[in-house]
Amino acid sequence: MTQEFKPNLVGYLCNWCSYAGADLAGATKLEIKPTLSVVRVMCSSRVNSNLVLTALAWGADGVLIAGCHPGDCHYEQGNYYARRRFALLKKILESLDLEADRIQLSWISAAEGKRYADIVNDFAEKISRRGPSPLRNHSKI
Amino acid sequence: MPKALKMDVEASQGVKNFLKHLLESGKVKGVFALKKMNDSGAVSYSLITSVEELASAEPLMPLMPENAGQALSRLTVKEALKEPVAAVLRPCELRAFTELVKRVQGSEDNLLLISPICAGVFPLSSATDGSWEKQMASYAESSREGKIHPGVRKMCQACTSFIPGRADITVAFAGRKDTGSSCHLILDTPRGEEFAQGAPGTPETVEKEPAELAPLREARAARRSEVFKEIDVQGQKGLIKTFAPCLGCHGCMHVCPICHCVLCVFDSKMYELQPWSIESEPESKGGIRVPSGTLFFHLGRMAHMAVSCVNCGMCSDVCPVNIPVSEVFSMVGDQLQKVFEYVPGRDVEESVPSGTYKEDEFAGIGEQ
Repeated sequence: MTQEFKPNLVGYLCNWCSYAGADLAGATKLEIKPTLSVVRVMCSSRVNSNLVLTALAWGADGVLIAGCHPGDCHYEQGNYYARRRFALLKKILESLDLEADRIQLSWISAAEGKRYADIVNDFAEKISRRGPSPLRNHSKI
Repeated sequence: MPKALKMDVEASQGVKNFLKHLLESGKVKGVFALKKMNDSGAVSYSLITSVEELASAEPLMPLMPENAGQALSRLTVKEALKEPVAAVLRPCELRAFTELVKRVQGSEDNLLLISPICAGVFPLSSATDGSWEKQMASYAESSREGKIHPGVRKMCQACTSFIPGRADITVAFAGRKDTGSSCHLILDTPRGEEFAQGAPGTPETVEKEPAELAPLREARAARRSEVFKEIDVQGQKGLIKTFAPCLGCHGCMHVCPICHCVLCVFDSKMYELQPWSIESEPESKGGIRVPSGTLFFHLGRMAHMAVSCVNCGMCSDVCPVNIPVSEVFSMVGDQLQKVFEYVPGRDVEESVPSGTYKEDEFAGIGEQ
């Protein structure tokens, strides 16, 4: 019997919404896959390309960035910048054929515990199916 | 059709005569252009303030010792120029300078921007071994005929933005049959016209991009797709193959006009190997590369600047192990620029893509 692949996922969660959403998901005892390591950031726009690339280069199989819905940013416009940065990085990965679907940006509010659980579970399942990242376990990067 | 000044000398001499007139008449206090260091063929960008020194200026010499955008930024980053200066720089250098001004790394105040319709530059290595000089006759000929000279940098051969977009004065050079005996200074802006008043030459009106330039544009576009096909950066395999020889000298970054950060995160100790990672990383990865993070450096730098890449080719030119850095960054840059409908150096008022946003864009992102 082959062992099931357990992905190594990194989640950068906005302190004001998605992190609270994750809290709510936990408080309401929703089932969440344990493969996501959460990093709490003050805003989704704090997540620059280097944070995502570091995670990938250091062995993550997928990176989830979660922030407030457009219009709801605690700092009013941070998530709009985050969205642009994400689009930019995604295009870079696409143009280099680096499996761009291993990074995902999702809007999750503080009230959306269920959405948080669904997104994390779906993401974990998607990456499990994809298998290990080509950048993972690579001593030459 | 824009106004122009016709001179009955070849283009390089024409520009020099014009600069001399500007200096002598006191319309400018200085000239910023390429200047011969001595008779070895080495050139550097210089701020020239006397007519005697101007004698050794070579404004259209097909060499790029440094991206002039970066050089002009050095001159104007702390304070705008107080006296008028005429600067001669190539279209990609002008785009670079525009990008730097946007990033508050320089000022266009008091600058008269003069830029040629560019036929490309030779690799820097040919500056002192004399090989560029031997190729000058064929360079002038292929320029006149609107052909790509095989000796110029690869990125110059593959450049389709060879007509300066926002110069005050454009020097008609590449693709003009008459440049051997005469030249046109096209006065693109009222500022250009103002400075050209009283200058030697006869006023005319000329087309900035006449039909005779079309074959050159087509040839360059075709070369561009060839160059992009030649590089192999597809997937982890291709990337490692292409970037494996990287020494980590960061030369590409230091000559890049867009990479302006005083302390780059990749030059800092932030991503150096730490004692704990020397223990933990081999355990999880089965080994560790020393130095680590070569590919990470290139991808990280790409995420920072490729959207503003002006395709000047400096990075490829200085790479000691001949990695086609500029080719890769231009290929990615082209795609990024399409996403954001951004053209580097198009407009000094236009914001850098990562520094602005629209509320109703990228609607699909974030919803999944």
